[in-house]
Amino acid sequence: MAEILPDVESLAAAIPDGAMLAVFKDNGVAMEATRALIRRGARDLHLVTVPTSAFQAELLIAAGCVATIETSGVTMWELGQAPAFVRAVKSGAVRIRDATCPAIYAQLQAGEKGIPFMPLRGLIGSDLLKVRPDFKVIENPFGPDGASDPIVALPAIRPDVALFHVAKADRRGNVWIDRQAELRSLAHAAHASYVTAEEIVDHDLTGHEATAGATIPASYIAGVAHAPNGAWPMAMPGRYASDTDYLARYCQAARSAEGLARWLAGEGLACHAAAE
Amino acid sequence: MSGHPAKELLIDVVARLLEGVRSVAVGVLSPIAGSAAMLAQSRAAGAMQVQIIGSTLATYRTDGGVDLFDAAGQGRIDAFFLSGGQIDGRGNINLLGVGDYPGTTARWSGSFGSAYLYYLVPRVILVREEHTKRTLVDKVDFISAAGTSPPNVHRTGGPHALVTGRCLFMFDKARGRFRLESVHPGESVASVRENTGFDFDCPDTVPETPPPSAATLKAIRRDIAPKIADPYPKFAAEVLGYTVPEAAQ
Repeated sequence: MAEILPDVESLAAAIPDGAMLAVFKDNGVAMEATRALIRRGARDLHLVTVPTSAFQAELLIAAGCVATIETSGVTMWELGQAPAFVRAVKSGAVRIRDATCPAIYAQLQAGEKGIPFMPLRGLIGSDLLKVRPDFKVIENPFGPDGASDPIVALPAIRPDVALFHVAKADRRGNVWIDRQAELRSLAHAAHASYVTAEEIVDHDLTGHEATAGATIPASYIAGVAHAPNGAWPMAMPGRYASDTDYLARYCQAARSAEGLARWLAGEGLACHAAAE
Repeated sequence: MSGHPAKELLIDVVARLLEGVRSVAVGVLSPIAGSAAMLAQSRAAGAMQVQIIGSTLATYRTDGGVDLFDAAGQGRIDAFFLSGGQIDGRGNINLLGVGDYPGTTARWSGSFGSAYLYYLVPRVILVREEHTKRTLVDKVDFISAAGTSPPNVHRTGGPHALVTGRCLFMFDKARGRFRLESVHPGESVASVRENTGFDFDCPDTVPETPPPSAATLKAIRRDIAPKIADPYPKFAAEVLGYTVPEAAQ
């Protein structure tokens, strides 16, 4: 059953070094928890982005928390390349396992079903198969008699920890995921899900028809912490937009390793309230 | 309101490539494709469904990330857009990087959904404005997604056209090669050949890409700009001359 944690620092303390940590793309990004992970000096994470990431993966890599990243893409979108990600991959400081978006979703679906693999169309002829020997081409066992129908089998992903941010959780640890339906697969596949929430409500989210359908029950959640503005500087749909000026300042600072070090020592790890 | 003629031309070219399509999806970082899909939809009089990833407008909203891939797998998506840091003459695209893997000379973001959608969406339109020997190469350094597949590989999709800042190429699936279809105003077969790193088929006469009509320009600037500003405010402002009103931000 979910534990309601006293603060985001306690949540970060529950995520061990070396964990396979899965994070969700650009809406529902647990940025305050990410900064707390960096403040506690997390190391050797195997980061899985579902299926891509922007500032969250970039910041964890910039702070030296990541040993391996499994991703379909890391980008700062309109602001251009993610500078620390690019440097770390080019230098080999971070090991990369390149993927493609639907593969990561399919691998989580295998994980949530407790089955060893999921087949997926496409991919054959892509060099991703050369750099991902764990993606295997098999024959469709249900194919027409005598005719070859190769298809790619992808290994299940069962992250040690999933980490994401939602608008609402309740005191039992049920979490409301709004439109982000993929979070359900992620929480089902992970051994432990830690969630930060804009607000923690007193009523039972599973007890109201309007919210029950988009609520992950507490049985899948290990811990919840209250984190107002917890996605900042990323957007929280319906609540706040991304802080483009801040992200642009980061990209500017992170152009050089020296600038990045200064930024991390300065405003980089401050929480939202302190940065205002 | 004034626009950016070169980009408006590309929007018009891409919109024409979408004629007759029932269902279009637009991925990330694709403001020209998004604008073109909106334009094509307005011309289709209700017969075209358009989903734009990143848009919060109800009309264009997607049903979450995984749905697009499932829908493509079932054949529910007719057209999609991809690009590449490198594109080669066999239609292979590279979104990953240059040099030895994982990209020791240049490293880009990653392959995103290309390694799947390129195989399953029948009409994939490649849009790459920079038309140089750096971007249009003989052979990509890394194949994020292959342009063609052997006959035994399940494949319902693939490249349909390549739109660049200089010309429009159509992809000939049987030959696995691009064919020069039209050159944009100010360009010629010679200038295209000079700036293309791959060999392509070329008919004896190649027409000039027709410029967008006055009605099309009006539609882009008046109707499309405020809608594409939802996912792409920077593009709407800098290219189409549209600034989101303060109160709506």
